[in-house]
Amino acid sequence: MNRREALFSIGAAAAGAGIAGRASAAELRGVPAATAQTADHMPGPIVRGGDFKVFTDQTDHATLKAVFDRLIPSDDHGPSASEAGVLDFLDAQLAGPYGDGAAYYLEGPLQPGHEEEVMGQKQFLETPRQRYAKGLKALEQYAQDNDGASFAALSPDRIDEILTGMEAGRIDLPGGVFGQAFFELMLQNAREGYLSDPIYGGNRDFAGWTMIGFPGARYDYRAYVDRHNEDLALAPVSLIPSN
Amino acid sequence: MANERPKADVVIVGLGWAGSVMAEELTRAGLNVVAIERGKWRDTSTDFPPAVDPDELKWHTRRQMLAAPSRETYTFRNRSSQTAAPTREWSAFQFGENVGGAGTHWAGMSWRFSPWDFEVATRTEDRYGRARLDALRAEGLLLQDWGITYDDLAEDYDRFERIAGTSGIAGNLNGEIRPGGNPFEGPRSRDYPTPPLKDSYWMARYRDTTTRMGYHPFTIPAGNLGQAYVNPLGVSMGPCTYCGFCDFHGCGNYSKSSPQACILPVLMRRPNFTVLTETQALNAVKSEDGKTVTGVRYVGSDGQGEGFQPADIVIFTAYQMDNVRLMLLSRIGEQYDPSTMQGTIGRNYNYQTCSSVTGYFDGAKMNPFISAGAMAVQIDDLNGDNFDHADLDFIGGAGMMSVQTQGRPIALANTLRPGTSRWGSGWKEGFSKSYNEAATLFNQGTSMSTRDAYLSLDPTYEDRFGQPLLRITFDWNRNDKAMMRHITDKAQAIMQEAGADAMTTDLQTENSWNPYTQLSSHTIGGLVMGADPTTSALNPYCQSWDCHNVFSVGANCFPNNAGYNPTVTIGALAIRAAKAIHSTYVNNPGPLVEA
Repeated sequence: MNRREALFSIGAAAAGAGIAGRASAAELRGVPAATAQTADHMPGPIVRGGDFKVFTDQTDHATLKAVFDRLIPSDDHGPSASEAGVLDFLDAQLAGPYGDGAAYYLEGPLQPGHEEEVMGQKQFLETPRQRYAKGLKALEQYAQDNDGASFAALSPDRIDEILTGMEAGRIDLPGGVFGQAFFELMLQNAREGYLSDPIYGGNRDFAGWTMIGFPGARYDYRAYVDRHNEDLALAPVSLIPSN
Repeated sequence: MANERPKADVVIVGLGWAGSVMAEELTRAGLNVVAIERGKWRDTSTDFPPAVDPDELKWHTRRQMLAAPSRETYTFRNRSSQTAAPTREWSAFQFGENVGGAGTHWAGMSWRFSPWDFEVATRTEDRYGRARLDALRAEGLLLQDWGITYDDLAEDYDRFERIAGTSGIAGNLNGEIRPGGNPFEGPRSRDYPTPPLKDSYWMARYRDTTTRMGYHPFTIPAGNLGQAYVNPLGVSMGPCTYCGFCDFHGCGNYSKSSPQACILPVLMRRPNFTVLTETQALNAVKSEDGKTVTGVRYVGSDGQGEGFQPADIVIFTAYQMDNVRLMLLSRIGEQYDPSTMQGTIGRNYNYQTCSSVTGYFDGAKMNPFISAGAMAVQIDDLNGDNFDHADLDFIGGAGMMSVQTQGRPIALANTLRPGTSRWGSGWKEGFSKSYNEAATLFNQGTSMSTRDAYLSLDPTYEDRFGQPLLRITFDWNRNDKAMMRHITDKAQAIMQEAGADAMTTDLQTENSWNPYTQLSSHTIGGLVMGADPTTSALNPYCQSWDCHNVFSVGANCFPNNAGYNPTVTIGALAIRAAKAIHSTYVNNPGPLVEA
């Protein structure tokens, strides 16, 4: 068959495909008959908290709580990170695909100094869960070395001083833990827990959303779009009511 | 070959916007089309209904709908003298995955490019003289026309807008300038299919401010529909509800233009269309004489390993970087070499030069959660060549838009007045105010490609099939940096006039480019169209100069980037290429344009 004939063989090809019966799981002809909703797209299950899978070591847990409650302390604008369930949030996140680094490209070779220079930030082959395991131990060691005390026993001012030094890149931690990179990881995760839907375990009683006035998982603002520069006082809602 | 499938007339790699548009056009003309899609089947009701969609953590922070770097990434360096490093975490780019591609999770900004954008070389010479053009080229800019003009594409733009249901207000109707629209746009034959979105408080304030300053504000064209609509394929769409979960999210309301909302319901019911999902295309296979290809090699999800889809025509409509990589892995054409300027594959890589200026308005209630992916008022007075560059040291410009595109709390947690702590009680105090008081002016600028910016295969890093990753060599060029400084100064003046009591500016062009800190996902060029086969990989119908039965449509086609989002131009190019295939190519297979 020459090219021209091939291009005009449409009718035969279409008919042939219809009776070929070669359909594998991946071949779609027509809209799929299965109508089930895609499981990993559905919200939930709700993280209720209290049952730690990753932060099972008491010292690690206490160190993380001490850090997170300085990153997001209790004050007039709302509860602290731990009061709002952010530790429960992070534990659940680290126990899942995020903790596995499932989305990241973790193939070698790693060229640490070079990659940082090119990419503008530290690069890791470790997963987030591994970085926490190492980083929390390093924080505790840092406190023991410099203060002769457990990190969780340090004063709020002293913790702020260490965090400020890490944020500015002035403090690295024992065991080769880069202080600034670990600080940024913790700050990002603390904010995620405080500001994401309560189904993930944090933002308990809408603490974070109430602080800023975000109404949450709403889907239709047509009735409000013309009301300019007005406090709409919309109560936050979750994807799934959890209490 | 093992697992050889029945031959198709056309095989399409990548079922996003370009692939869907072309498949619709080609199957309607009676051709038998098979699409190969690396991701899964995804549809509105099963994957992103309203009960699933308003979830920042899942869709935006964790980007669950995008192709993860673990599945495919790229390497990057600023200069050829460096060794590239792999992009390991989420970056500026948004590789689409699954049926619908990036068209499922885009924001919806639905621009036509301006007439100038297609003819930068010719129009620069016409307006500023040959010496100016030569001087820009001498400093390394690869200025070249696209081989088509705005007028050549106007009909296809119109067709894509009708399929998408684009909302907006015409500024130039058959040459007549209309109040309220963009007076700088190219002429349109009719108004947009649906009316423009409404103004937010920030948009209204920007509209007033810029009008007072002598600019010409207008509501931007959006793939977020202004009212219910039935498109020419007979598919019904709903009105946008301003939910604020657009980019990175699917739309549960059938109100954001997407392959799912606009095309697939019809396409999937055509007996001469098949899609192979969870199937990764590896490369096209060349025929013995090297002038055509015989089909596409792939790895399937059915556990049977490698397969082959024979076809008379092969079309690459994957993500921009994937299209370039597929050409290189298929050994079609010659890899561009910056030292010799030989070769066209990988040439003319460019980006989207951007800055943002955020103002803080004490006591204001911007209500950023009432938003849509393409909700903005823009001025184009300083875009493209809409202003005189005779006494300026650059060409190009930017669209300057007051964005009301999202109110996602995690994403906005660094939007803070200058001097505010990023944590502690200082952050809580600051963010509790700035969430509602901040308003952003986003400046989306042109980019010119240069001799030194290009795409090639990485010598070290591989994907999960052992194929080399694509390598980007890119940094800002002098022209685009000068342009963005000029624009950002103007933006700060507007923000001042709008009454901001404080301001923060993000001007990435003052630092070396790197993929983690950028403001735009628009990765452009590398496999560009043009009239000259020595400087373009594709002819003006997006057909390979080297293998005449290979076509590619995507942002890879653009030799330079406009100060606009790319999607509608991609859609129009897809329609243009598909029409050329079924009306001309199938009757007389061969180059549609003589080299």
